[in-house]
Amino acid sequence: MSSAKVGVLYSRVRVEEKLLFEAFEKRGVQLDLLDDQKLIFDITDVHHHPYQHYDVIVERCINHSRALYSLKILNDQGVKTVNTALCADICGNKLMTTSALAAAGVPQPKALVAYTPESALQAIEQLGYPAVLKPTVGSWGRLLSKVNDRDAAEAILEHKETLGSYHHSIFYIQEYVKKPGRDIRAFQVGPDTIGAIYRTSPNWITNTARGGTSSHCPITPELADICTGAAKACGGGMVALDLFEDPDRGLLVNEVNYTMEFRNSIAPTGVNIPERMVDFCLDVAARGWNAANGWATDETPVLATVSLADGASA
Amino acid sequence: MPIETASGQAQCPECFADITLSTVMQNEITQCPGCGAELEIIALEPLTLALAPQEEEDWGE
Repeated sequence: MSSAKVGVLYSRVRVEEKLLFEAFEKRGVQLDLLDDQKLIFDITDVHHHPYQHYDVIVERCINHSRALYSLKILNDQGVKTVNTALCADICGNKLMTTSALAAAGVPQPKALVAYTPESALQAIEQLGYPAVLKPTVGSWGRLLSKVNDRDAAEAILEHKETLGSYHHSIFYIQEYVKKPGRDIRAFQVGPDTIGAIYRTSPNWITNTARGGTSSHCPITPELADICTGAAKACGGGMVALDLFEDPDRGLLVNEVNYTMEFRNSIAPTGVNIPERMVDFCLDVAARGWNAANGWATDETPVLATVSLADGASA
Repeated sequence: MPIETASGQAQCPECFADITLSTVMQNEITQCPGCGAELEIIALEPLTLALAPQEEEDWGE
C-alpha cells in the first residue's frame, strides 16, 4: 500500500492508461485524473497552486504541446512529474533528440538539418539516396518520407514548404538505414532496460501503429548500455526507444518516446510494463528524480535545451 | 476517490448500433463492433458515445 498522492494528466483513456490506473490501484494508490481538456493553469502563481499537494504527477497526454507546457508549468511550480518537462522537450522533437544524443556520444543514424528547400535538397544529396525526411514533431510514423531520387526530393520539399505549417520548413533529413526488415523497440524505466521487442514489417516503417508485428527481443548488454545512455542523454525517466541494427555500426538509436505506448509489448516481453512504470513513479514520489534514475544526488546530465513547441517565437 | 466507471448500452453515433459497454470510464476510447468507428465515452450517466477526435499533428508518444 502506498500513501503517495498521485495525479495523472491525461487526454484520452486508452488501453495504456487503463492498465496504468489498474496498476496504481493494485498498490492502493489514490489517483486523481487531471483531464487536459479541462485544465486552467495560473502560471503566475507558484505558491498557492492546486497541484502542490501531489507527490508526483504522471503525464499521459496525447498532444505533445499540452504535455510539454503542462510539465513545464508544474516543474516550475515545484511539482515532481514523470516524465519531466526537460525530457518532453528533448524527446518530443526529433531535432532536439538527435542533438542531445550527439552531445552524449550515443550512436545514431546521421542526420542533417536545413531551413530552405534549396539547402535541404543539397543536404539530401550530401547524404545520398534514399534519404528520410521527417517532421521534427510527430509520431506513429506520420508524414515520414523515404526520398528515393532527386525528382521525389524536389516534389516533397515543395509540398512541405507550401502546404505545411512552419514546422515543416525545418527540414530534418536522416540517413536511410537498411535494417533487416525489423527494428527494436526497447523500454527504459529509470536505470533499467526492462524489455524489448522486435517490430517486423515488409514496409520500411515498422511502427506497430502502422501494422508492424511484435516479437520478443533479448536484452543484451549492448542493448541495455545504449538504451541507458540514450535515456540519460534525454533527461532520464520512462522512455521507449526505437533502435536500428546496422550491419557495420551495430545498434543505432532512432527515436526516444516520452509518453510510451506498450499495449503490444507486454506479451512478447513477458514484462508487466505498467507495474514497472508505477514502481518508478512511486520511487520518484518518495526519493526524487535523480535517485529514481540511479543518478548521484548532484548528478544531472549535461543538457542544453530550448523549447520548440507550437507557437514558439524568438 | 475511486475512479468512476459505468456499464450498460449506448448508441454508436456513426451507425446507430446499440453497443454494450462494460466498466468504461469518462474519456475512454473504444471501437464500434458494427462499423469500426473509433468512439469516445463522453458521459457516464447516461452512457453516451461520440466520434473520437481526429488525429492532430502533434499527437503521439
